[in-house]
Formats: sequence, C-alpha cells, structure tokens
Amino acid sequence: MADLSGWGRYPRVEGRLLRPRGAAEVRAALAEGPVIARGNGRSYGDSAAQPAGTLDMRGMAHMLDFDGRTGVLTAEAGVMLEDVIATFLPRGWFPAVTPGTKLVTLGGMIAADVHGKNHRRDGSFGRHVDWVEVLGPDGVVRRASCSENSELFGRTLGGMGLTGVILRCAIRLMRVESGWIRQDMRVAPDLDAAMEIFETAESRYAVAWFDCLGQGADLGRSLVMLGDHADVADLPAARRAAPFVTPRRRRKRVPVDAPAIALNRHTLRAFNSLYFRVNARKAGPSLVDWDSYFYPLDAILDWNRIYGRRGFAQYQVVLPLEASRGGLAALLRTIATSGRGSFLAVLKRLGPQESAFSFPMEGYTLALDFPVDPAVLSLLDRLDDITLAHGGRHYLAKDSRLSREALRKADPRAAAFAAHRREAGLAGRFASAQSERLGL
Amino acid sequence: MTQKVTILGARSDIAMACAHAFGQAGHALTLAARDVGTLGDAARDLEIRYGGTVALREFDALAIDDHAAFAADDVLPDVVICAVGLLGDQKADEADSAATRDVLRANFEGPAILLNAYAALMEARGSGTIVGISSVAGDRGRATNYIYGSAKAGFTAFLSGLRNRLARKGVHVVTVKPGFVATRMTQHLDLPGALTAEPAEVGHAVLKAVVKGRDVIYVRAVWRIIMGLIRNIPERVFKKLSI
Repeated sequence: MADLSGWGRYPRVEGRLLRPRGAAEVRAALAEGPVIARGNGRSYGDSAAQPAGTLDMRGMAHMLDFDGRTGVLTAEAGVMLEDVIATFLPRGWFPAVTPGTKLVTLGGMIAADVHGKNHRRDGSFGRHVDWVEVLGPDGVVRRASCSENSELFGRTLGGMGLTGVILRCAIRLMRVESGWIRQDMRVAPDLDAAMEIFETAESRYAVAWFDCLGQGADLGRSLVMLGDHADVADLPAARRAAPFVTPRRRRKRVPVDAPAIALNRHTLRAFNSLYFRVNARKAGPSLVDWDSYFYPLDAILDWNRIYGRRGFAQYQVVLPLEASRGGLAALLRTIATSGRGSFLAVLKRLGPQESAFSFPMEGYTLALDFPVDPAVLSLLDRLDDITLAHGGRHYLAKDSRLSREALRKADPRAAAFAAHRREAGLAGRFASAQSERLGL
Repeated sequence: MTQKVTILGARSDIAMACAHAFGQAGHALTLAARDVGTLGDAARDLEIRYGGTVALREFDALAIDDHAAFAADDVLPDVVICAVGLLGDQKADEADSAATRDVLRANFEGPAILLNAYAALMEARGSGTIVGISSVAGDRGRATNYIYGSAKAGFTAFLSGLRNRLARKGVHVVTVKPGFVATRMTQHLDLPGALTAEPAEVGHAVLKAVVKGRDVIYVRAVWRIIMGLIRNIPERVFKKLSI
C-alpha cells in the first residue's frame, strides 16, 4: 500500500500505486477497476488518489518532439515542468503559463488547467495546449484539440483527470530573451490599494502576498510583485553575454515535521509582520532570477512539513470581479478574527475565461494555507458560505474538504460535468477520492 | 570533452538514468538492448533534452556467441556501462533449472563475456572505462535471492579481477552496487524508503565514479555499512537468520 496523500498531507489516503510505462499498461490497469492518473503529487488534497488504482504517470516522461521555430513541445504527460525549463530556457523558451511550483507534470498542469501570475493577459495553461491524447473508458486513445474531439478537449482541460488518462500533449512555449525577471515590488497599505495596483498594472505578471492576520487598518496590507521577462538590454552589461545563466539556488530540506505547537497565532502574526517589514524595504524595481521569482518555495524541499503531522489545507477560491472587493474583505475579516491562517496568503487577478470545468473566471483569486484541525475545518465551512454568497468558486487542485452540496451551489457546471461523466461511461472508470467525495 | 558512452541493457531504469546523467554531461550515447526499436522514444527524448544524436543497437545479453562481434562492431567507446541483469523469482526458480540458468547467464555469463571483449579492445588502445552494475546481493548469499546473488557475486569477482588485470594498461573498471533502487524490476517489492535510491541517484553516482576514477561504489553510503555487517556475521549464526 502506497501513501497517496496530496501535498497538503490531508486527507491521508492509502492505496495501490502503479507506474505504467505505456498505453498498454494503462489499459491493463483500467481493466481491473477505477483509476486516476497522478503526476508529481502536488495537488493539495485527494485529487490524484484512487485507493483501487492510482497511476503514477512519471513513468511516461519522454519528450517526443520540439519545433524550434514555433516553440511547440510534444511530450508524454509525465514530463516535469522543471525539465521543460531546464531544457528550453537556455534556448530562449519559457512556459507560457506556470503555477507556483515547477515540480509538476504536464499532465497534471492540463488536468488542473493551472494558471499563473499572468492569467489576465495570457489565460490558463489550457490556452497554450495544441492537443492532448486521452485514453478513454473503452481503452481507445483519442487526440483532442480545438478542431478534433473538441468537447473532449474542453472537458479534459481542468477536468481533473476525470475524462480519461492524458498520455501525451503538445504545448506551446513562449520566447524570452533572458532568464531574468524585471520585478517591481509595490507596497499596498490595504486591500483597496492592492486592487488598484492590479487594475492599473501593465506588467505581464502580478501577484500579491499579504498578511492575512492584519486587522483593522492593516486588513489586506500587501506586497504586490509586478514582473516582466527582462530583455537582454535590461541586464547589467556583465550578464548580457550569457542572459540565460542565473545563479543556482541551493535546495534546503525541512528535516522533521514541526510540532503542532510551533504554529500558533503569535508565531504566525510575528512571522507575517516581520516578512512584511523586511520585504517592504526592498520595494521598487529589481532584477530577479526566474527560479526565485516564480518558485520561491521550491528551494525548500518538503516545505509541507512545517505544518506538522496532521497536514494542512489550502483554501483557494475565485470571486467574480464585481463581488471581489466585498467578498475579499469579508473573507479576510473572518480569517483575521479567527487568528488562524498562514504564512502565505496570495492574491491574483484573473482574466475572463470560458471553460467546461476549469477553475479560472474573471475576478480575484485568494489562496491561503491552514494547518488542519477541527476548528480550521469549521472555519473553512464559514469561508465557503462567504464565497458562495459572493458567487465565487473553488480550485479543485487545492481542495481536500469541500462538500458535494457546496460545490453544486458554487459551480453550476459541476452538475453538467457529472451528468456527462455518467452518460459517457466515465463515472466509475476514472475516479479519485475527491471525485467520489464531490459526486462528480 | 565529449566522450562516447555505450550502455548495454539500456532498457532498464538504471541504464536509462545513466543515459540521462551522461547525456546531460554532454556525452554521445549508444543504447544497446533487445528489441531496441522500442527505445525510439527514449532516444528522441535524450536528443531533445541534451542535443546530439543517440545511436541504437540491437543486442541480446544471452547470445554469448555474438558478443565478440558486437564489441568489435561498436566504434570503440570511451566508457562502456553494462546494466544487463535479470532478478528472476527466487522461490519459483529454485525448482526450474531453465529459469535458474537464465538468471545465472543474464547476470554473470553474458556480462562477463561481453566485457571481456570490450576489455581486450580497450587494452589494445590503452584507454577506457568499464562500468559493471553489480549488486549488494552478491556480497553474501541469502536464502531469498541466492540465485541472483551468486551470479552477481561472480560478476563482482569478475570486475575485481578485470580491474586488477587492466590497472596498469590505462583501462579503469568501476563496480557499482546500487542497493535497493525504485525501478520497474523492484516495483512489486516493498522497499524501505531510507535505503532505496531513485534511479537518477544511481545515474549521477555512476557518472561521478567514472569521472573520479572510483573502484567500487555503493550508491547510498549506508549500504557499505549494512553489507559490511552482513558479511561479518559468522556463518554459524547467519544460516539461522532470515534477512
């Protein structure tokens, strides 16, 4: 029995883990019972866990073709984003959309239809996928794109692996001139100021870190990090000859699980306050290497252990634009009053997106971590009420505890997605602990 | 400097990890395996990631009569890595002489004859490195895997002797004892995490051993201690243990 828990280590799931090396082995696993594909296990909850048969897709990780003219990479689903960057950044290409960790597989990025700090400008990852090949309930592999099996394509982007097993894909990379980001860090004293920066920003990337324990006038005080890929001309003369060479970051480990007592309202408040003050001093423009800018937490391997043995839940929702101001304030106030909350609370502005079941829609998305305990779980239920009241919805790649009823209320597409799954014979064949919990 | 590296038994996860480590270091690769056409995706993957071209050669470790010709046809590599191996199923194989023979041949006879052929060519040239992927299972015979273990013991002794023979001829021999590795070969076994290496660790360890001219390496250092202890248990006691 393998540990199938997600990155948050909550809920704990154990089960059968298989490592197929090709379509035939995926097909054989499917013949034995329900399966779900798993990438690098970075979804937070139980999206990639099926006790009867979880498929570790990292055994199918070949890059199959690269067109140096168009930047289209054809690859098996288990290829790691980290390897894509290592291979193609030195040649002047970067992922058009990246989540906050590079330790994910392409298949996982497609299944969760991940977004980055540039969603408003560039959309989600799905917008940069030319096609996918999906092994369906009949064992047949179908290629799906905007023009071929387009419904399958639409449902597979953001479909959490529930439309079949993604085996291969073709993705478009983006031209860059260097491995550096021109960062402009702004200090926003409160939520209104932060939103104003997002609304007027002209940079490709924008993300805000904020102190979710700040109360009263400090509610929503944040550091907004704007960024653009630096051109060669933006680099200091000494770096222009080798614009893709960036300092190698040393990886650290978290050696043991932190005891539950280590994270309490006082330590968190002190940490957040300190982080805010230290970084506020760095406000203004600077050059930051791509790894530090996009993936600050990847340098600390196993950072999930700081939340202790019981694990943690990440809460990420998006609120529609018109309801964002009121909804965010209500969420933040409730969290601040509770005294719970996290080191990292992240706010991003998403652009419009039409999709079958993907997370993003136009508005603001808020993400925070909470160490799991009964009080936190009931706090999250209260946050759900606020989210629903403001027309928001949840990011399933982060979810570990949402109720079936709340999902149905938050996202009318869920019922349609579940109905399609039943009609197409997908239900019961491709299923995760999450899809069973949510009745998908 | 780009060197030519031939990997024998290239389908295994350890062999592929070696291919990635040496490919990443900029070396030119030849992959040899049975049904080598099925390694086309793997070769293309290596080419995309690291540049250069990857050559594929059909090869059967058990076809010992062809080994000398196989080595002679290979544009003599700077490094040859033999990752040929067959774990077998000890319990079933005990009563199956054909299966026992295959395990002995795949782990000892085939690799030894093949590396002898490469050794002669490298000795004549006066340079080269030979890497044999052996096993900690060869350090002492145990009830649960002594068929495989005894063949690996033979291979380890062979590599030791070969190293001794070639030490003053400009040819270096590396013996690799990976310990537990999370591969396709061990997928069905329940291995302890702290003692189990990822294939990529083995690849990097092999590259480092070749570059630094190491003789015998255990991939995770803890295995040197474990096997040191296991080797030193008196036979009188050892025979009653189940480890």
